[in-house]
Amino acid sequence: MADERSWSVCVPAEASRLQALRALVREAATDLGFAVPAVEDLVLAVNEACMNVIQHGYRGAAGTLELQILPLAAGIEIRLRDHASPVSLQAWRGRDLRELRPGGLGVHFIRSIMDEIAYLPVPDATGNLLCMKKHCIAKAGDA
Amino acid sequence: MSHTFTAAGGYAVIGLQGDIDLHSSPEARRLILECLQDGRPTLVDLSGVAYIDSSGVASLVEGFQLARARGLDFGLVGVSSTALNVLRLARLDKVFPIYGSVQERVGQGATSP
Repeated sequence: MADERSWSVCVPAEASRLQALRALVREAATDLGFAVPAVEDLVLAVNEACMNVIQHGYRGAAGTLELQILPLAAGIEIRLRDHASPVSLQAWRGRDLRELRPGGLGVHFIRSIMDEIAYLPVPDATGNLLCMKKHCIAKAGDA
Repeated sequence: MSHTFTAAGGYAVIGLQGDIDLHSSPEARRLILECLQDGRPTLVDLSGVAYIDSSGVASLVEGFQLARARGLDFGLVGVSSTALNVLRLARLDKVFPIYGSVQERVGQGATSP
């Protein structure tokens, strides 16, 4: 039987909302059976993706973040919808980790943690729909 | 995020607690840079940090760079497992001086106000 659990929320794209979004990801990932280290990695990756939208997408302008979390057969799928200017993965620029400077780590975190990252087509061709997947669930309680 | 501010053995010790994220990292950055701009060697106690993201890490990097430019000592103490995981991911765990405790850095002769 298909797993029908899902979580979704739509909030203003503001830094003060990140804590609540992290709590939702933590709850969903835990419920889907991820072990604690992987849960915290997922929380970090989603937080960084949301930060990117707030900082580089909306650039301080008002907007929304729609977060949807879905179960996979063995993993988790996280969709992040925004209505900022369209971007592509090619525009994601991290920094060389051998450089010591502030910034540029978020993209590295997301790419390191998630197994699949893609922008999906959006129905009305406005904004972005980022889809991130993480496979290979380690069940809570596993060593 | 909340913070404490103490002194030990000539060091300013900034204790950060809670979540250091895009919402709170400007405050963490201000606290760290102000100490260093005052010419004080600085330790940042991360033992109470429940979560830190790239903006929080950027504040630490900025402090480290300012300290280095001014010839001041700068380090992290009591790094929580959560924070250490993020520093490792950023490959910064070998860049920052990390100590188990304030006492480990300032020595037995240090006093707290």
